[in-house]
Amino acid sequence: MLKLPIYLDYSATTPVDPRVAQKMIPYLTEHFGNPASRSHPFGWEAEKAVEEAREQVAALVNADPKEIIWTSGATESNNLAIKGAAHFYAGTKGKHIITVATEHKAVLDTCKELERVGFEVTYLVPQENGLITLDQFKAALRKDTVLASVMAVNNEIGVIQPIAELGEICRAAGVIFHVDAAQATGKMPIDLASMKVDLMSFCAHKTYGPKGIGALYVRRKPRIRLEAQMHGGGHERGMRSGTLATHQIVGMGECFRLAREEMGIENERIRMLRDKLLKGFMDMEEVFVNGDLEQRVPHNLNISFAYVEGESLIMAIKDIAVSSGSACTSASLEPSYVLRALGRSDELAHSSIRFTLGRFTTEEEVDYTIKLLHDKIGKLRELSPLWEMFKDGIDLNTVQWAAH
Amino acid sequence: MFSPVYFDHNATTPVDVAVLEAMLPYLGQRFGNASSRHDYGRTARRAVDEARQRVAMAVGAHPTEVVFTSGGSEANNLFMRGAAECLKPGVVAVSAVEHPCVREPAHWLAKKRGWTRHEIAVDGEGQIDRDDFERALEKKPSLWSVMLANNETGVLQDVPRLAEAARSQALGGWFHTDAVQALGKVEVDFRRLSGAGVHALSISAHKIGGPKGAGALVVDKRVELAPQILGGGHERGLRSGTENVPAIVGFGLACELAHVRRESRGQHLTGLRKRIEKGLYDLGATLFGAGAERLPNTIYFALSEIDGETLVGKLDRAGFACASGAACSSANPEPSHVLLAMGVEAGLARGAVRISLGPDNTEQQVDDFLATLHQTVNELKGMTALA
Repeated sequence: MLKLPIYLDYSATTPVDPRVAQKMIPYLTEHFGNPASRSHPFGWEAEKAVEEAREQVAALVNADPKEIIWTSGATESNNLAIKGAAHFYAGTKGKHIITVATEHKAVLDTCKELERVGFEVTYLVPQENGLITLDQFKAALRKDTVLASVMAVNNEIGVIQPIAELGEICRAAGVIFHVDAAQATGKMPIDLASMKVDLMSFCAHKTYGPKGIGALYVRRKPRIRLEAQMHGGGHERGMRSGTLATHQIVGMGECFRLAREEMGIENERIRMLRDKLLKGFMDMEEVFVNGDLEQRVPHNLNISFAYVEGESLIMAIKDIAVSSGSACTSASLEPSYVLRALGRSDELAHSSIRFTLGRFTTEEEVDYTIKLLHDKIGKLRELSPLWEMFKDGIDLNTVQWAAH
Repeated sequence: MFSPVYFDHNATTPVDVAVLEAMLPYLGQRFGNASSRHDYGRTARRAVDEARQRVAMAVGAHPTEVVFTSGGSEANNLFMRGAAECLKPGVVAVSAVEHPCVREPAHWLAKKRGWTRHEIAVDGEGQIDRDDFERALEKKPSLWSVMLANNETGVLQDVPRLAEAARSQALGGWFHTDAVQALGKVEVDFRRLSGAGVHALSISAHKIGGPKGAGALVVDKRVELAPQILGGGHERGLRSGTENVPAIVGFGLACELAHVRRESRGQHLTGLRKRIEKGLYDLGATLFGAGAERLPNTIYFALSEIDGETLVGKLDRAGFACASGAACSSANPEPSHVLLAMGVEAGLARGAVRISLGPDNTEQQVDDFLATLHQTVNELKGMTALA
């Protein structure tokens, strides 16, 4: 029996894997100590759990545990990385930053803030497929470029930026390279021993772990330094103060451990379901995939259904939980800035849906979704005068609309 | 299984069973992102809203005055850095006994942002020194932060009086208080504090039977604050980042329970505290801040010629979990800055041991503790005599 609504919004957040929750709960009850308490076993046990989780997180991305700093989530990690490095190195390197117009708001808003205090930011506009090119990136580099921030996987369209290559370019140019990998863990291999990435942001709740916990990878060789953004007791080697939330940290460790063990098989299964979903939609007319299909994580499908109004579509498919943009900005009715940056028209951007599949998605759910979309798109288009004009062969771009 | 007696509730507390029960569904089926517009998201949003109301109710604030953070440290940083960013650099006045997450931002403002820092001295009991407070007033600080209750000594500050004095100068400075240790143990009423001229307070879940990873800055809307974590505009733009729904839900209930149970718990804790204090006096211990009004659960003491670390280690092996200082700085071998500010001689300060009681502690545990302490002290003194 199918449970409705079907959750196809795994990029907004994932359920906590029951195996992860089981590991967390004892750290809310019998092992409740403060990891900073040095004088009794309550503290020692908590600290041990925190360090084990640090190893698990490091292992997924092939880093040294000493390079992992706990934060409250990827948003904080992005803020700490970008502001922390920009302020620390501005005096020696300069005040120019490169990023991409389709980054998460945590990166974009942080960059805007830095502009306000005297930094200059270049926002690269990706190609139509959502990817930036190496030449484009090289062309943006300047003598005073201090930092570049490029996400590994886009949260809306799932495309994978050429991180390894960008890392080489940055290292050669002496530019600090930050990567937001919130959407990448468990979905693609990440090898920080071979990639020349200096700072990388992670969070647990997109990888079947709890909300409220994230990490920042801070490279040790060559050593990257940061200006702390939260001061206090000097936790996390002074880079981030505040009591460590042991149960959440344990949850992040466990979910990253599971990701490392299971991502190979899991991603093939999810890719199959995603491809089935895509195939199921492509037999409809005027349906467009947003973002490159090859350089893309297996669980994402972002599609524009032309001649259907976005809000009505979302209302019509209440049986599935999806989003029309990223969760963080979905309260706004503005069309997705990511799709706009790809050159999609307002109309197409408005009629786009992000389907993100995950660990608990079943084939039955995918079949149901295909059928539901067929039904509803058909009905909505029947009611649409634009669709009628399109079917009559009228090129809507040539129509002169009268003002009322 | 042998389980030590936990006497370190100012470091952190076990999660209340009812709080855990309330949280579990949000680690399970109700996992949505509170910003998502579908059912999963709306369920999460309702839970966050409800928790906000509970927190507000417990501290006498309006729900729109509550900004959720990842904890007390972040709340203190948000106020100190966030308020400073919207003001012209001026004088920032903080007490000499503040938690590092207030002191360090004040240092940072002085070092990096052109502010002048006035550290308000305390007297021998750990209370704000009146003369030095007057000196601070003369400097017309535009930012104040004085904690309601100290984490090490438990000494309470007369925050309403201080805030009123600051306001009576009609200088228009913002007054903040760190209420992390006070919450659940003494009255924390933002309306009342606000009436006296307090503009913001910080609280944290894990000190009151809630989970680690949630806290709040309760802040008067007249205070202009620059967010310190940007991206997405959560928490009215003051704190971005996906809401930690399970922890926030737990925080909400923990606040409510702390509020409802405060008086009965306070009586229980005060009884235990007095029992311990009597035993300590019999041993010839020095009790820090003994002459001041203190939290009902905190005892900070030293025995001359006995090292605090050593004593705490012995007590641990005998089954009592205490602290030799604040948890977050317990890696630090320096004597407590709080005690030094109180004029305690460094040698005695190195002997400091903190006992912080919780609602589950019993008279029996206290009596066992005193018996153990007596024995331990005799052993240690014997060793000192031999050496």
